[in-house]
Amino acid sequence: MKLLFGRPAGLTDINQRYCPGCGHGIVHRLIGELLVEMNIREKTIGVAPVGCSVFADEYFNCDMIQVPHGRAPAVATGIKRTRPDCMVFTYQGDGDLAAIGTAEMIHVAARNENITIIFINNAIYGMTGGQLAPTTLPGMRSTTSVKGRDVVTQGYPIKVCELLNALDGPYYLERVAVDIPRNIIKTKKAIKTAFQYQLDNKGFSLIEILSMCPTGWGVTPVQAKKWIAEVMANYYPLGELRNRAKEAK
Amino acid sequence: MTKEFIIAGFGGQGIVSSGIILAYAGLFENLNVTFFPSYGAEMRGGTANCQVVVSDEKIASPVVVNPDIVIIMNEPSLLKFEPVVKPGGMLFFNQTLIKSKPARKDVEIIPIEANKIAEELGQGRIANMVMLGAMVKKTKMVSIESMKKAQRKRFERASEEQLALNDRALERGYALF
Amino acid sequence: MAEKELMYGNHALVEGVIHAGCRFFAGYPITPQNESPEYMSIRMNEVGGVFLQTESEIAAINMLFGAAAAGARAMTSSSSPGISLMQEGLSYIAGADVPVLVVNIARGGPGLGNIAPAQSDYFQAVKSGGHGDYHTIVLAPNSVQEMFEFPRLAFELAEKYRNPALILADGLLGQMMEPVEIKGEPIDPKTLPEQDWWLTGCKGREKRVIRSYDLRPGKLEEWNWRRWEKYQKILKNEQRYEDIKIDDADILIVAYGTSARVAEAGLRIARQKGLKVGLLRPITLWPFPSDILSELSKRIEDILVVEMSLGQMIEDVKLVVEGRSKIHFIGHPGGGLPNAQEIYNKILEIRSKK
Repeated sequence: MKLLFGRPAGLTDINQRYCPGCGHGIVHRLIGELLVEMNIREKTIGVAPVGCSVFADEYFNCDMIQVPHGRAPAVATGIKRTRPDCMVFTYQGDGDLAAIGTAEMIHVAARNENITIIFINNAIYGMTGGQLAPTTLPGMRSTTSVKGRDVVTQGYPIKVCELLNALDGPYYLERVAVDIPRNIIKTKKAIKTAFQYQLDNKGFSLIEILSMCPTGWGVTPVQAKKWIAEVMANYYPLGELRNRAKEAK
Repeated sequence: MTKEFIIAGFGGQGIVSSGIILAYAGLFENLNVTFFPSYGAEMRGGTANCQVVVSDEKIASPVVVNPDIVIIMNEPSLLKFEPVVKPGGMLFFNQTLIKSKPARKDVEIIPIEANKIAEELGQGRIANMVMLGAMVKKTKMVSIESMKKAQRKRFERASEEQLALNDRALERGYALF
Repeated sequence: MAEKELMYGNHALVEGVIHAGCRFFAGYPITPQNESPEYMSIRMNEVGGVFLQTESEIAAINMLFGAAAAGARAMTSSSSPGISLMQEGLSYIAGADVPVLVVNIARGGPGLGNIAPAQSDYFQAVKSGGHGDYHTIVLAPNSVQEMFEFPRLAFELAEKYRNPALILADGLLGQMMEPVEIKGEPIDPKTLPEQDWWLTGCKGREKRVIRSYDLRPGKLEEWNWRRWEKYQKILKNEQRYEDIKIDDADILIVAYGTSARVAEAGLRIARQKGLKVGLLRPITLWPFPSDILSELSKRIEDILVVEMSLGQMIEDVKLVVEGRSKIHFIGHPGGGLPNAQEIYNKILEIRSKK
């Protein structure tokens, strides 16, 4: 029997424990494919966060470190400065990156540290049970905003790419989504571009990926995909916010 | 033999440098030395002091509570440190800037016109060198040559002109007795 | 003998760190240790190392985590409030069995406290300051010479046991100057052998993972017990101390760091008056030098603990002594310093009650 479609060698054989319809598996696969296609698996060190993707250290088939909540950019900095020839990426959710790790996120970007952040924005805390995230939309329900996010008492969401785009440091910032195949292809292209910029010593990239969390949102996987297109992408517009390579041309 | 020093005055009077020069001079004569500055909020502007221990044996505590010798460069420091000098100790004070008279009878009181002499040499800020010169003559703790070498170590990047002036100030203090 | 150089403790520490082959520093400014990073920024530049002034101590400790995981000798220095911020990271680092060096030039606390020298971070240093069961190897220098020498020792112990190490000094040791003799040949970091757990990219081998978690039932317990075995080895093999005139002593002072310096001055006064006073100075605070103290407590009736705190190491002394000796105490919290006369007076008081 001929194998026509299988796991890329950039992922391990371990069964991923993500919920049905979750976007993490898609993004993992894209990274796993790129590790092989770009021939960088053997020089990559990945940084796994705290959150649903904590087990990323098991899933990616490259050297991995699992680190304290929000601190992945700092750990990645330490790795990259020690091994500048390695490819270093962090994989972080919205709570990890944009709440507890805000300071590390801003400063790694300001330093234009030559690393890549893969940022999964699903507008909710998945692992701890669907609490309000720094990216939860106004009016959106969570287990700590049961009547919907009240911006008067709970403030407004953080638009990470726009926030970082205010800094001089970052080299490349793009927001993508993994709701439909066309966007998934764009996501892969964005990650590949970011990795290539790192290999070319260009500096800091962050790819923000709008991703489904049907469990946290209390909807079906199909509804979740629709919600990204119809609601979430309106608040978090897709596209390239910063690309120094294009500016230079 | 162990001698404990406190050097005190305003920030800018070269208090810390004086302590370091004394410590270096001791080091150059193969003595054991410690130097400990007061630090922090006091470092900028206000009063400054440092503690120096010079000894021919291993130094236990670098903390000086009751010094054998104090060098007092300004009025507030006299109030603070006159009472703590060890009986039989020495109190050098900068008579140009300090109008009060030290009252201790159990301590040798040594007035020095430090700023006056320094101004005569052309630079008020080397008053500390005059004091140090006088102190080494009186205490015989280290030689004047070691002090000269030490100030050159401390002010590595100073001009030869300045270093020579420092030497002259040390000598003027030394020649007072 | 090599020529001695008069150095600040904070500068000697930097020279010691460079001498030990460390080429990675990350830290955040805080008094009274600012001379270290300032000088380190110059020295790291000279030797081609990494110097990072971070956005916080939290970032600094995590940069160490990454750097050490990737095979660097990595260190940070800070003072008490900053060390508190590093405790989360230290817990992860201890949980991942990664060697790093953290230096605490301790100051008065709690809270913002003050910037005077203090020893009130002893509990935090030796009793696992962060969450979870762990220990940090803790070295307590008491001279500028030891500020130079201990970074190397700390790295060697840290790497030998894959465990974080801490140098616990205080503002006085950081700010004072003493002559330092540069001993031994400097280590070229390129000569440090690659370890089988370093993250280097998995070229020609299986992937490696560094982490502190294990959610499989029972596995974390097993892992922690393995770490306990490591701690037992450290406790057995690495107790370090200095003893002064303990052979005929009938009163023993136990003090470390700056307190031990002052205690030795008090001891000298007492000895001049014919009193038989000895001093035990723990050099490793963890592992605490229990074996020698336990022995001494079998024949010495009175033990005087001197600390710049409300009394923290005294608890370890009591645990070791198990009631065999009477424990006396001089403490100066909040940045206060003991003095020699005070220690002598206390010895007289103890003597009079004998």
